[in-house]
Amino acid sequence: MASEATLGSGRRNWLPAWLAGDTVQGIRRQRMVLGVLFLLPTLIGLILFVLGPIVVAVAMGFMKWNVFRPPEFVALKNFARLFRHDLVGNSFGNTFVMMAMTVGMLEVFAIALALSVHRFARSRLAYFFRTVWFLPVLLSGVSVAVTLSYMFHTDFGVVNYYLGVLGIDKVPWLVSSDVVRFSVSLATVWRNLGFTFIIYLGGVSALPQEILEAATVDGARGLKRLWLITLPLLSPTILFATVIDVIRLLQFFDEPYVMTRGGPGDSSRTAVMMVYDTAFANLEFGYASSISVVLFLIILAVTGFQFLLSKRWVFYQ
Amino acid sequence: MTVINRLSTRRRGDEEVVERIPDWMPRNAADWLAMAFMVAIGMLTIMPIVWVMTTSLRTPAESFTVPPEWLPEDLYFGNYLQVFDEIPFVYQMGNSFFVTLSTVVGQLTTATLAGYTFARLYFPGRDALFWVVLATLMIPYQATLIPLFVIISKVFGLADTLWSLILPALPTAFGTFLLRQYFLQIPVEYEEAAMMDGANQFQIFRRVYLPMVAPGMAILAVLAFNGKWNDFLTPLIFMNTTSRFPITLGINDLQRYMMTGSISVVLAAIVMATLPVVIVYIFGQRYLIEGLMVGGLKG
Repeated sequence: MASEATLGSGRRNWLPAWLAGDTVQGIRRQRMVLGVLFLLPTLIGLILFVLGPIVVAVAMGFMKWNVFRPPEFVALKNFARLFRHDLVGNSFGNTFVMMAMTVGMLEVFAIALALSVHRFARSRLAYFFRTVWFLPVLLSGVSVAVTLSYMFHTDFGVVNYYLGVLGIDKVPWLVSSDVVRFSVSLATVWRNLGFTFIIYLGGVSALPQEILEAATVDGARGLKRLWLITLPLLSPTILFATVIDVIRLLQFFDEPYVMTRGGPGDSSRTAVMMVYDTAFANLEFGYASSISVVLFLIILAVTGFQFLLSKRWVFYQ
Repeated sequence: MTVINRLSTRRRGDEEVVERIPDWMPRNAADWLAMAFMVAIGMLTIMPIVWVMTTSLRTPAESFTVPPEWLPEDLYFGNYLQVFDEIPFVYQMGNSFFVTLSTVVGQLTTATLAGYTFARLYFPGRDALFWVVLATLMIPYQATLIPLFVIISKVFGLADTLWSLILPALPTAFGTFLLRQYFLQIPVEYEEAAMMDGANQFQIFRRVYLPMVAPGMAILAVLAFNGKWNDFLTPLIFMNTTSRFPITLGINDLQRYMMTGSISVVLAAIVMATLPVVIVYIFGQRYLIEGLMVGGLKG
């Protein structure tokens, strides 16, 4: 024991005295230095490629800038305009409705799949299903949207054909402004379920078996065990997956853009689509930036609220 | 518990034999329910994929048939050959591989280091920085694209190069958050034991913690590979030269050429562009699932 300790400190002789590894102070300082070094690549990268650009984008939000003329400072004009702009409010509303439908379906299905497959955890069957469910995640949003919009076609689509076989009338999936948000949400769930499932599978595999077994011995079974034992143990994963999914889906773009271009009318136009169209179709970079700044503040508020709320339901062992 | 539940007794002649129920065999009502649910979702997942594959093997004239035929009668490979005539497919696949693999290696490096700091190394201001990192996750990516393009082209002079796609993707707030959660789940006792044995702070990270977050790293690798491979908007804005395009842009071009023609050619390109990702995933899944099952996270 004593010789090992000497060996350990001997190896670190090259360190300056204030970083000496054999004092509590020294170890604490070593950990600080290591912490700063480890963070640098991520921090520098995020400053250059995310924070810097967003600061520029915020600045652009206060300017009128269409590529042809130099930017001109207009103070809050862009923001005043977007609050009076019905199309903007409408697109934020659509984003929330589709996000809520999509996240709701995603979390319920993904948790159910993870718990189901865990029952057959070591079998080839489980391996097979994991592979199948993850396949859509490997496709690009564009290919999925192209494929599913053909499948959802009212007259020639596969979906309506089989519904017809079951005696259900043709559903105007993508051409009715009442149904389209649900159709796009379904397509998004189809592509993203495997992603959310993998996150939950990690959480389910890490559940402490001793506690689950003890609960079973104590008579907790079925839904009672699920509700009182399994889900609380899984709650850190649920928080993580929900936060990630909500953020991703408030920035919803690929599927609705390719499937509907925001239509019919503007019934499936999302917030980011509004930003994209304003910037790249109308070339109003300043106004587009102001919309994205508002979207960012909303996402920030929603996430903060989720963490605040999590104190009431997330259980850390 | 699992093992006991997996044994059943059965009479064979006069003897009572104990047999192991196969892992895939449902044992009770709940298992059957789970199985039915898994099969249903599996069917819904696989059907559009089967449709893409069979339609890519049809002659353009027969692209659409109602009722849909799930098995192609005529195996027509002309659509696949036509893809090579329309776009520089081989170059574009190579570009996608280079960009994607560089991004995966880079993200694994930056995210494990930063995730470890946020979980286990403390310095003043660390928690404030964690909120900054989380906040970047909430920034709508599309909002940063125009300024990002200016930085990449004017500051780094990298416009229309593959590096313009790799560099901005190296720092990852998502990966940092994911790995922080994995590092946090590891009991501090491991670290204390290693310190007693004379490990220095870097060794504790490298030898004690890193092997135990392998499941998290595997998940990040698969997701990063897939995310970068399918990235569409960034190359759409950053790249100009067709031979430097990643394959997503190639498919986009193809879609425009084929607008009035056959969707079968587009679907053939989608199948070929997706195949490498599927192979990488099936290859990587072994590690991914093993990591999930045997990692130090259970204990």
